[in-house]
Amino acid sequence: MSRFTPENEQLAREIVARYPRPKSATIPLCHLAQEQDGYLADDAMTHIAELVGVTPAEVLGTASFYEMFKRKPIGKYLITVCTNISCQLLGGEELLEHAERTLGISSGSTTDDGLFTLEDVECIAACTEAPACQVNYRYQHRVSHDDFDQLVDDLREGRRDEVPAHGTLARVRQQLGADRIANITPPEAQDQPVWITRHEREAQSSGTAAGGGS
Amino acid sequence: MSERPRPRTITDPVTITVDGKEVDVQRGELLIDACERNGTYIPRFCYHPRMEPVGMCRMCLVEVDTGRGPALQPSCMIECSADMKVATATDGVQKAQDGVLEFLLINHPLDCPVCDKGGECPLQDQTMAYGPGESRWTEEKRHYPKPIPISETVYLDRERCILCDRCTRFASDVAGDPLIHFMDRGANTQVNTFPDEPFASYFSGNTVQICPVGALTAKPYRFKARPWDLDQLESTCTGCSVGCRISVQSSRNQVLRYLGVDSDPVNWGWLCDKGRFGFEAVNSDERIVEPLIRTGDELVPTRWTEALTAAADALRGAVDGPGDPDGVALIGGARLTNESAYHWVKLIKGVIGSDHVDAQLGDGLPAELVLGLPGATIDEVCRPGSVVLYLGPDPKEELPVLFLRLRHAMVNDGVRLVELSPVATSLTPLAAASVRYVPGDPSSVLDELFAAGPPGPSDSDTDADSADTSPRALAARLLAEAGDDLRVVVGRTTVTESATAVVDAVATILAAVPGARFLPALRRGNVRGALEMGMAPGLLPGRVRRDSAQTGVDSWPRVPVADGNDTEGILRAAAAGRVDTLILLGADPLADFPDRNLAERALLGARTVIAIDQFLSESARRAAIVLPAAGFAEVDGTTTNLEGRVSTVQQKVTAKGTSRPDWLIAAELAARLGHDFAAEDADSIWGEINSVAPATSGVTLAELARSDAADGLLLPLDPDGVRFDAPARSDRPAIDSYSLRLVATRTLYDGGTLLANSPSSAGLARGTALRLNPVDFDRVGVVDGGQVRITGNDRSFLVEAHKDESVPQGVAAIGLNQAGAAVTTLIDANAPVTDVRLEAAP
Amino acid sequence: MTTTGAAPGTPLIVSSRFEVLDAHTLDGYKASGSYEGYAGLRAALARSPQQVLDEVKDATVLGRGGAGFPAGTKWGFCPPGVWPRYIVVNGDESEPGTYKDRVLMERDPHQLIEGCVIAAYAIGAAQVFLYVRGEMAHAQERIAAALNEAYDANLVGRNILGTDFSVDIVLHWGAGAYIVGEETALIESLEGNRGMPRLKPPFFPAAKGLYLKPTIVNNVETLSNLPWLMNNGATAFKEFGSDASPGTRLIALSGHVNRPGVYEIPQGTTTYRDLFYDDAYGAGIRDGHELKMFIPGGASAPWFFPEQVDIPLEGRVVGAAGSMVGSGAVVVMDETTDAVRACLRIVRFFARESCGKCTPCREGTSWEEMILRRILDGQGRPSDIDALLDVADNISPGPYPVAAHPEAGLEAVPFPPRQTTICPLGPSSVAPITSAIRRYRHEFEAKITKRESIPVMAAGAGG
Ligand SMILES: Cc1cc2nc3c(=O)[nH]c(=O)nc-3n(C[C@H](O)[C@H](O)[C@H](O)COP(=O)(O)O)c2cc1C
Ligand code: SF4
Ligand code: FES
Repeated sequence: MSRFTPENEQLAREIVARYPRPKSATIPLCHLAQEQDGYLADDAMTHIAELVGVTPAEVLGTASFYEMFKRKPIGKYLITVCTNISCQLLGGEELLEHAERTLGISSGSTTDDGLFTLEDVECIAACTEAPACQVNYRYQHRVSHDDFDQLVDDLREGRRDEVPAHGTLARVRQQLGADRIANITPPEAQDQPVWITRHEREAQSSGTAAGGGS
Repeated sequence: MSERPRPRTITDPVTITVDGKEVDVQRGELLIDACERNGTYIPRFCYHPRMEPVGMCRMCLVEVDTGRGPALQPSCMIECSADMKVATATDGVQKAQDGVLEFLLINHPLDCPVCDKGGECPLQDQTMAYGPGESRWTEEKRHYPKPIPISETVYLDRERCILCDRCTRFASDVAGDPLIHFMDRGANTQVNTFPDEPFASYFSGNTVQICPVGALTAKPYRFKARPWDLDQLESTCTGCSVGCRISVQSSRNQVLRYLGVDSDPVNWGWLCDKGRFGFEAVNSDERIVEPLIRTGDELVPTRWTEALTAAADALRGAVDGPGDPDGVALIGGARLTNESAYHWVKLIKGVIGSDHVDAQLGDGLPAELVLGLPGATIDEVCRPGSVVLYLGPDPKEELPVLFLRLRHAMVNDGVRLVELSPVATSLTPLAAASVRYVPGDPSSVLDELFAAGPPGPSDSDTDADSADTSPRALAARLLAEAGDDLRVVVGRTTVTESATAVVDAVATILAAVPGARFLPALRRGNVRGALEMGMAPGLLPGRVRRDSAQTGVDSWPRVPVADGNDTEGILRAAAAGRVDTLILLGADPLADFPDRNLAERALLGARTVIAIDQFLSESARRAAIVLPAAGFAEVDGTTTNLEGRVSTVQQKVTAKGTSRPDWLIAAELAARLGHDFAAEDADSIWGEINSVAPATSGVTLAELARSDAADGLLLPLDPDGVRFDAPARSDRPAIDSYSLRLVATRTLYDGGTLLANSPSSAGLARGTALRLNPVDFDRVGVVDGGQVRITGNDRSFLVEAHKDESVPQGVAAIGLNQAGAAVTTLIDANAPVTDVRLEAAP
Repeated sequence: MTTTGAAPGTPLIVSSRFEVLDAHTLDGYKASGSYEGYAGLRAALARSPQQVLDEVKDATVLGRGGAGFPAGTKWGFCPPGVWPRYIVVNGDESEPGTYKDRVLMERDPHQLIEGCVIAAYAIGAAQVFLYVRGEMAHAQERIAAALNEAYDANLVGRNILGTDFSVDIVLHWGAGAYIVGEETALIESLEGNRGMPRLKPPFFPAAKGLYLKPTIVNNVETLSNLPWLMNNGATAFKEFGSDASPGTRLIALSGHVNRPGVYEIPQGTTTYRDLFYDDAYGAGIRDGHELKMFIPGGASAPWFFPEQVDIPLEGRVVGAAGSMVGSGAVVVMDETTDAVRACLRIVRFFARESCGKCTPCREGTSWEEMILRRILDGQGRPSDIDALLDVADNISPGPYPVAAHPEAGLEAVPFPPRQTTICPLGPSSVAPITSAIRRYRHEFEAKITKRESIPVMAAGAGG
């Protein structure tokens, strides 16, 4: 739907400045756009392309490779159920079926009220806590069918503050404005670091082995 | 596939063993190439010798042993090293390749019978040669909506695509237009564009050619023929002066397709879309098919004998009788073969004795500059690591494949290009330094750049000077670094600036860098050849002056006794009623001469205008006699590209209607004037050229026919005969603060005749729009996209105006030769520059 | 909360603060373990970069990301005199069964940051990129907060602790693609591209990595070892574990055990039996059941069976026995497990996660999945088992690594597999197929001939 708001554009520029080459900011900016709109809109990709200096086709080429970017609006809560091996062994597939019944939708779709989207996903690194799922990438461990129903109720009633709407990942961002950056430039502008040079010189004058960097 | 392995001189040999046979190859070259050159062809899909390998398709797997035991490796990614042992035909290799083939086929539709690629499809061929007979695959194949248009000319069928990354790599790495891309992941990976953003690349047709299956097809060719119905001849594209080698393919006497041929010194197999799809013009119904003669207001068809007699009559007065040869003038000829150009020169200069002959239309460079400077080839300009000075038209718009070569040189080979241009061009983002100059005065900036001089010994990184990263400072440093080893590409950046500016610039460069070598950025296909044949005032064939002692034209009845006029002079003379017979040899001065008003007056003032052309151009419509000329692919002969490289063009189909080769028309006229040119065909004319034009003596037909001369043969790069003599610097045109200086640039897709007659590309011409720096824009006081009245040379018209940061202040940039604005009415051929005034339209 | 821990007597090198609730804050980090906070960094700064590198080499810190390559040796591969150098921290943890980097990032982010700074000092890195898997919002928050604190405290950034050593650490989020865990794909992704692996050679990251500059890619756990190593020295480090695999490592033990959890074990000396049955770890196969098979090192690893339980978790030994310790993910399957169903689930994973670059992987993994699904659904054909093995052979030719089957007189085929592909993802899809068919071919045949699917997976949803 939309390009970045002025505040987000400001933040986007700050993020671009964290990378030696602008294109590296493509994925972070796609996340920012998804945080803004809940999904990754075409116009947002065009704006990202301008900010990182590539074509929109290149942004889409990158974004479409990754599962988390949604090109159409989805539910406010994305529930992802792991069915990979460790979870499967302890009922992950049954949990998914239960979720489909509870929400009345099949995996990959969104409830009519636009509240929930359900997905069957690969291992989410909660294997010792099987079966596991996530809501907007917040973990739920060892989820029984009752736990799941409770979770859905809580979300419906707005009782899960720790879960922001889909699109928002981490709510704490790294603060790395221009005032903090020590030394981020394009690779061409970089040279041997000063501490390496100093240790090399010291090693030479004391006759021991050269510095680790050389 | 039609690609050739890259030619390679072995400078650092290593011995490797291929299937038990020892061969010497270049250290570090790719195994797949080394094997192919030594007779072992390894099947492949993704590898293309002109692009970086990606090793994706896995078809080229072979067993490579570098001392740690044999392992399957993609030969397209493995660099040859000493004592490498390679097995290309073991059971293991066979099984792996069969496996890959089977994998590629499981999702590939079996629609070969209706596929354009059927019959020339590597996938089909490999399958026939090695593939498993019966498919074990019983699952549903992947489905996508059938072909989708991804641009005006290219269709994509994703079901056929085998994801080799060739088209996408070409788009991003070669053309620099990454508008098609892989999308999605894994088995769902597909090539596509961004929604509503088509693959609008001048080079899109190359993707069709390099697609190893029928996934990409070209609109102009789709379903037109099957490969086995086609036959082909190699030729040279004359769409512009780069001279790309092509294969002309036809069926039932109709040209149906051009494919790029990999010529190492020139086009590397690439073509621009204008050239590639230009064959549509050959077949156009708009072609003139019979001679026309004026009766009253109308041009009516007539027979050749009558038309030729009328034309000869118009010329005769000048030859014998009291007539004055100065009454005959010829404009054009830069799109003919060398042989045709020679014949016309011989007719006008040698039979009639008039020196008023000019192949260029006031939009080119003086012949002395083209022929009289030390030359540089494209390869020399693109030599890895070198510094190049570029002062000329936007190559992407005018010489597209030269742009590809320059782009490759800058992106991959460390060539640092210094661009001198009044406005940003397609080179600007790639150039090491792009410097703006005030139109009309490139020399002042050059003075400044060269004044900086070579860097002194103290110019280390602490020096304040080298810390200056402005384009000018950077440019000065690069020029200083290049020293005498400078290659210069030189041409007209804009026709609103007279050629004098370029002449001054070249003189300035030569004064600072005596060893500089030049590549002239000329436009029309064979302008270089026409000049070599003497199609310019004061010249005779073979780069010699009319009055030189070394002319080889003893066999000619006569030679002109005085220097004639160039096109501007001819048009002035015509306008003043001093031209009896004006010959337009494939030239359309109304469209192409920079000063439209003068061209108008000239056509009115000339007593008889004879047009020899393939199409009824605006100028030809005003002629008294129109003779239909045979076009590209309808004539044999040779052409000479901007480097001075002579290569062959070949006749593939019979000429349209009754049209005849230009050389034959000249011979017929000569015969009617009592002179037998005694030429039977193009070959015999080239033989005569060899004896008449000393500079061509090294380029004989026998040499050209040698198989290793398919890339053409270079005329001498060092001038002998005509020389460029630096004139005194002309005055710098004064700047008038009420005006803006006009820059008129061409775009590849313009209103040109060939293009207008190639239906697939015609829609691509962009309209004219005026682009202004925001500061000037605000001064005029219009809204973005609003109408502005532009006035110059006492003429004016309305045009849409846009803000553009890349246009410097004081400059107004406009597209030339586009529908909707007669930009050339604003230009005064007399003036060194074109200043215009703007006001917001009411 | 996830069960973590170690057997008595095992030193807690990386997991010492797992149970400390505020260890993720700088104050908490300072308060627990090292009296000063970032003591390891101070110890490193007191030495030359070369000395730090030597210490890491001497300790033989094996990479914990899967390949088990010694970190110090890898660092030494940076070509001399080529600058800049980059460090990319691989926090993309996505190998099925693997769950340890997330714990490290969520519970002890400062330990990781300190490790990054030490590594940057040693190799002379211009910048560190901490690539955290996209789906780990909590880990991203914890690391962002910790980085902000560390920058404020002058532990990262300009002139660290008043020295001439400066380095920026940038937190980067992934966006969901398993293959991005492969180091060259990780680099592509960090350059803003599709995460498709590059071919090695020529693209060995240490020589031609990020922006084609020398780049060290290390796993989160690998770098988390460095603070302890700097504080305690290589000699202390080598007191634990085996000679070939010194130190400890985190193992995620999941599946049918009584006590699944993330355990820090001495490397090389602990056996799978210890892990499954010791009360400090798994405390036995889930009640009333017995071991059928297990995955010894992540979904990419060929399976082991009861005969292999006494093998120690030690790279070379496991490799010779036909599998790998890989990412330290051990998945236990009891007799209720349907081998075909488990096999299909893992193959489906590789099919979904193939990047699509290599023909055999892109087309072959989906084909394998289709055949297996057909078999599981009771639609299998007698020729399917051979077809499956042959498709697999076209992705990974020749004998595939597999465990010995003494009863059938079959010997182990040692790791690693051969490949027709660029990276090991495609060939990994073959691991469950050859493992399951070699041992449980009758289960496949039963489904095909009886056309019935055996209901197993007796356990319901966990509680
Ligand atoms: C398909 C594939 C996936 C991988 N995933 C991860 C991963 O998620 N995390 C990780 O640290 N290493 C992963 N690796 C291993 C990395 O390529 C690399 O070896 C490792 O990050 C190096 O760090 P280390 O030496 O510290 O172990 C993966 C490898 C492959 C082939
Ligand atoms: S093996 Fe698979 S995942 Fe790995 S590079 Fe090839 S296609 Fe991609
Ligand atoms: S040609 Fe080598 S992998 Fe495709």
